Amino acid sequence: MTVETNSKTKQLALVIDLNVCVGCQACVTSCKQWNTSGTAGPLADHNPYDADPVGTFFNRVQTFEVGEYPDTEVVHFPKSCLHCENPPCVPVCPTGASYKRAEDGIVLVDYDKCIGCNYCSWACPWGVRELDEYKKVMTKCTLCVDRIDDETLEERDRKPACVLACPTNARIFGDIHDPESDAAKAIENRGGYQLMPEWETNPSNHYLPRDNKRFAEQNQAAEEQL
Amino acid sequence: MNPPYSVIFLTTLIGMGQGLFLALIVEQLQEQIQGISQNPLFFIVGGVIVLFLLVGGLIASFFHLGHPERAWRAAAKWRTSWLSREVIALPIFMAIVFIYTLLELMPHYNITVSFGGLAYTLSLLLGFLGLLSMLLLFICTSMIYACLRFLQQWHSPLTMINFILMGCASGFTLAATLAAAKAVATNRQFCINLAAIAFGLTFLALIFRLLSLRRNKKLRPKSTVQSALGIKNPKITQTSSGAMAPSYNRHLFSHGKTVLFIRSIKWIFLTMGFGLPLLILITQLNNTSFIIMLLALVVQYVGLVAERWYFFADANHPQNIYYQVIA
Repeated sequence: MTVETNSKTKQLALVIDLNVCVGCQACVTSCKQWNTSGTAGPLADHNPYDADPVGTFFNRVQTFEVGEYPDTEVVHFPKSCLHCENPPCVPVCPTGASYKRAEDGIVLVDYDKCIGCNYCSWACPWGVRELDEYKKVMTKCTLCVDRIDDETLEERDRKPACVLACPTNARIFGDIHDPESDAAKAIENRGGYQLMPEWETNPSNHYLPRDNKRFAEQNQAAEEQL
Repeated sequence: MNPPYSVIFLTTLIGMGQGLFLALIVEQLQEQIQGISQNPLFFIVGGVIVLFLLVGGLIASFFHLGHPERAWRAAAKWRTSWLSREVIALPIFMAIVFIYTLLELMPHYNITVSFGGLAYTLSLLLGFLGLLSMLLLFICTSMIYACLRFLQQWHSPLTMINFILMGCASGFTLAATLAAAKAVATNRQFCINLAAIAFGLTFLALIFRLLSLRRNKKLRPKSTVQSALGIKNPKITQTSSGAMAPSYNRHLFSHGKTVLFIRSIKWIFLTMGFGLPLLILITQLNNTSFIIMLLALVVQYVGLVAERWYFFADANHPQNIYYQVIA
């Protein structure tokens, strides 16, 4: 159940800086705006102005309170597809609609092949795949592949919409296999880590821990307790 | 997980069909060995019922799909996907059962072949092939769940054992019911044998289901909010899941039922799926009655549907860590 990737090839990913994310949701709205307006058709919203609105999002920012009062920190936590190097969602797909693009490691869904069986979303521990209620196919973060591939855009704009929208530069985009990229440097120099490493899927997206002293001390203390 | 009814009916119906097919072949073997001629209607009607159950399961499965018209595509990735393998194994089994039933229906074509000093009818030989494809189908269906290591409740050989045992138990109950029906009545002893095997399988299925209940009760989740966020502080509370309304993720991965409700389903499936059928079957070991067997069958099927519901509800997906509150 593994998809082999060559570490020499390109692996595009996001590195999220938890120090500066303020939870403004600009990445969420820009993601929705870009991906609902493209050639793949809208991202459904069900009852958008009603009592129980439900919609498809590729990216959500969640909020957690860490620690015990008065020693608490609020952590805003953006989460989208982590583009695993061994994506568990890909081999389970019965049609081959879910795939990992060889040239840059982006995990994508071919909407024309997807039968909407939900099996890939069962196989993703992070819950970052969402079935679109209207298109009835599985959708997920594409790292705005239609921006990255669009050569009519200026080089600086060939990045995911969320990265361009983030006002605090909390989202660093790049090839994590290229040691010279900003993304790889951030992981290397600032202790970038992966989510749920216990499943050994080798997520490409990384998170940069808070480097505030009190936070680090709390973590340290917790680690010693274990 | 939020139990999907389409898949609950798919797995329980085809499981029962597979069990019934096993019962037919066991009967046929017994007939061959003991040299007693059976009512051929038993095998014909049995084969037709197997087909009905398989088709019923297949129809139910289509309700699970967003794009049922593209279902044929699902056979593509059999090298990696157990779901794809199931999509191939099911029609193969169906085709074999179909030809088997045709042969039973037209004894003229059901010639006898002898080799190794023994004589076999063509349908019996095909039956052996059918048993092989039946077993492959059980493996594929159960591996769809057992291969997902994130769903720790499913990631166990017990999942496969339970799918096989429960399918076979309900299939034999159905076979004994059929054998007790006046229209297709078979030799009384065969009928009792079938009820006895159904009893044994139901008992075995109960033991293994209890084992898996015990295993899952002891499970400790591999993923925690700490590993999910990469923050080691033992006290972490979610204050927002990023939307003020429910989302796809909440709907798909949590059943939203109370602990009491879940516990009642557990007792319902233990009673109806196993306890009551065992009690009823034990009264049938001397003399089988169609009406009483039918009661056992209905009770057991309802119980096994409840069991499959619980099987899904019991699986706790790690993504739920990110969706503890709506705000």
